[in-house]
Amino acid sequence: MAVGLSGFAFGVTSAGGGLTLLQTCALSLLVFTGASQFALVGALAAGGSPFTAAAGAFFLGVRNAFYGLRLSQLLALPRAVRPFAAQWVIDETAAVALAQPTRRTARLGFVVTGLSLYLLWNLTTLLGALGAEAIGDTDAWGLDAAGPAVFLALLAPMLKTGTERAVAGLAVLLGLGLLPVLPAGVPVLLAALAAPAVLWADGRRRGGQGDAR
Amino acid sequence: MNVWIAIGATVLGCYAVKLAGLLVPAGALERPVVKRLAALLPVALLAALTAQQTFADGQTLVLDARAAGLAAAAVALLLRAPFLLVVAAAVVVTAGVRAMGAG
Repeated sequence: MAVGLSGFAFGVTSAGGGLTLLQTCALSLLVFTGASQFALVGALAAGGSPFTAAAGAFFLGVRNAFYGLRLSQLLALPRAVRPFAAQWVIDETAAVALAQPTRRTARLGFVVTGLSLYLLWNLTTLLGALGAEAIGDTDAWGLDAAGPAVFLALLAPMLKTGTERAVAGLAVLLGLGLLPVLPAGVPVLLAALAAPAVLWADGRRRGGQGDAR
Repeated sequence: MNVWIAIGATVLGCYAVKLAGLLVPAGALERPVVKRLAALLPVALLAALTAQQTFADGQTLVLDARAAGLAAAAVALLLRAPFLLVVAAAVVVTAGVRAMGAG
C-alpha cells in the first residue's frame, strides 16, 4: 500500500515534470525501481541531459544488483527463469524474500510481492499521472515524504547490530556530505563504501581475524 | 526525443544491473566476507537514500517539512506500526507542517 502511495506520487511528479502519460507509464512498466524513476524525472525536469539523467538513475539502480546477488543464492532460480525474475528484483521483494525462514516461503514471498507490487506500482503511476492536474501542488499533500519513508521502513528492520547502525550512520554522512559537491547519483554510490569501510574496521578490531559470520 | 533516449538508457541500465545480480555465479558468494558485504550494502544505500530524499533539494541541503514527516515515520517504526501507517504518518505530518507554513 505504501508502494501504491509512492507510485501515485511518482505518476504525479513525472507528469508534473513534463513527461507525457506514455513516458510516465513506460518508466514504471520497464524500469520498475522507484528511486531510479524519481531520480530520472527529477533530473529531466531540472534540465539535465538525457545521459546525465539516465546515469543518475542507473547509479541508484545498482543496489538492485546486490539484492540480486543475495536473492540468487536464496531463491536458487533455474537459469531460464532469471531474465524474467530480474525485473522484480527491487528493495521490497528483496526485503520480503530475505526475511523468510525457508527457500519455499522466500520464493513465494518474492513472487507474491513482485507481482502485487508490479500491478500496484503501474496502476497507481497511471492514476497519479492522470490526477496530476487535479491535485496541483503535490508537495502541499506531503507526497514527497512518501519515498524516504518507504526507504526508512525498509531499512529499520536491517539495523540489528552496532555494525549495521555504524554502516547506516556513515552512509548518511557520506550521502549528505558529498551531495553538494558531486553529480546527482554519485554520492549514493560513494555512500555504499560505508559497508566495506565498517566491515574492514570491524575486522581490525577483532584482531585481524575477520568477521566470520 | 531526448526524454525517450533517457528512458531507453535507464530501462536498459536498470534491467542489466538487476539481471547481473542474479547471474553472478554462486561460488562468488561462498566467502563469508562477500556475504557480509552483500548484506551491509543495502543498509548503506537505503540509509543514504533516506537521508538524501529527506534533506536534499537538488544539490542543496535543506531542513523542511519532510524532516518532520520522517521523524513521524521513525516514531511509528519504533512503535512497530505497520508499513502503511509509517508512510501515511510521514505524508500527513509533512503536509500538516507545510499547511502551517513551516517550509
